[in-house]
Amino acid sequence: MYDKNKILIGLAVFVVLMTYPFWNNIGSAAYQRPVLEKPKFAKECVEGVEFMRTEHMSMLNEWRDEVVRGGDHEYHSTATHQVFQKSLSKTCMKCHENKEQFCDKCHATVSVNPYCWDCHIDPKGENK
Amino acid sequence: MKTLRRDFLKIAAVAALGWGVRPAAELMAASGGGKSEGLFFASRHAVHAGPNALKATRWAMVIDTAKLTEEVVAAAVTVCHTTHNVPNIPGNQELKWLWETSMEHLFLDNHHEYQPEAAAKSALALCNHCDNPPCVRVCPTKATFQREDGIVMMDFHRCIGCRYCMAGCPYGSRSFNFKDPRPHIEKIDLDYPTRTKGVVEKCEFCAERLAEGKLPSCVEVSEGAISFGDLDDPESEVRQLLSERFSIRRSPYLGTKPCVYYLV
Repeated sequence: MYDKNKILIGLAVFVVLMTYPFWNNIGSAAYQRPVLEKPKFAKECVEGVEFMRTEHMSMLNEWRDEVVRGGDHEYHSTATHQVFQKSLSKTCMKCHENKEQFCDKCHATVSVNPYCWDCHIDPKGENK
Repeated sequence: MKTLRRDFLKIAAVAALGWGVRPAAELMAASGGGKSEGLFFASRHAVHAGPNALKATRWAMVIDTAKLTEEVVAAAVTVCHTTHNVPNIPGNQELKWLWETSMEHLFLDNHHEYQPEAAAKSALALCNHCDNPPCVRVCPTKATFQREDGIVMMDFHRCIGCRYCMAGCPYGSRSFNFKDPRPHIEKIDLDYPTRTKGVVEKCEFCAERLAEGKLPSCVEVSEGAISFGDLDDPESEVRQLLSERFSIRRSPYLGTKPCVYYLV
């Protein structure tokens, strides 16, 4: 084999670089689910906790289209069989009034940047 | 019978052409009232309004220019702009949903210098919610669309800020956010979103208030100068006014069929 040494060194460098994220994180704390501030007064959400945790983003997307494009403002909950108004600021944020302690905590931890609040208003008015 | 390769290819080509044309023909045909979105005609979106909502088959507005006092005009503009978080930016980056303008600007083609002394010198201008809206037709993302009840809506989420609609609208009813509007809003109304830089906005006939069973906010504060109702209902207030009084619309010859009427 020609240039055996060069190839082996190159391979070693490649493997080290490729696995950098793994060994760099050895010893650092494992991912912990952030502790969220729960609403003070409301006991029930529009849907169950598990559903909201995994599906809130797509539900908000559906609400957006149904309200703006379909004029349909009513959400019939499958969990509580109650009717809610499909609105981020008038329904969600009325209970989860602290965006920093609720929305932002998870979003910051998992590094997602939803652009909801570019237009919609955080009830505390902190994003003015 | 022996099928020649040449014949087979010919038949295949014609069949492919046929199948290609069919969906395109459906696309073009989908128009007024249809559920699907048309390619050449502005499609209309069904409104699934709740039980408390105000409903109509064709919303229209009638503005009595004689009753528009300075106070009414100021109140209407203020209430519209505050409830919808319209920023106050002076100069050529101004944003407006409802504004006062002179009669000669409103009725370019229908105004002469020998008007009676008592005639109104100015009136309110807003989106005309045309029956045949050019802004809807030119919007490349369908951010602007027409509802079945005639309201020309904006889906701010979808607007990419190309401003074709502003070029298409002959009434100048649309404004563009050249910069972040938030610092220019005096007091933000928490119940209505603001817009971002790069989005077009305009009057929506208070669609969000109609859904809650309320009349548009400018109508509420107008002290009877602005009427709002169903144009398809012969008993409605707007139809009564239109049948009793002489009314004009802005540039009707353009064929946009505006639905804001001015009593003069």
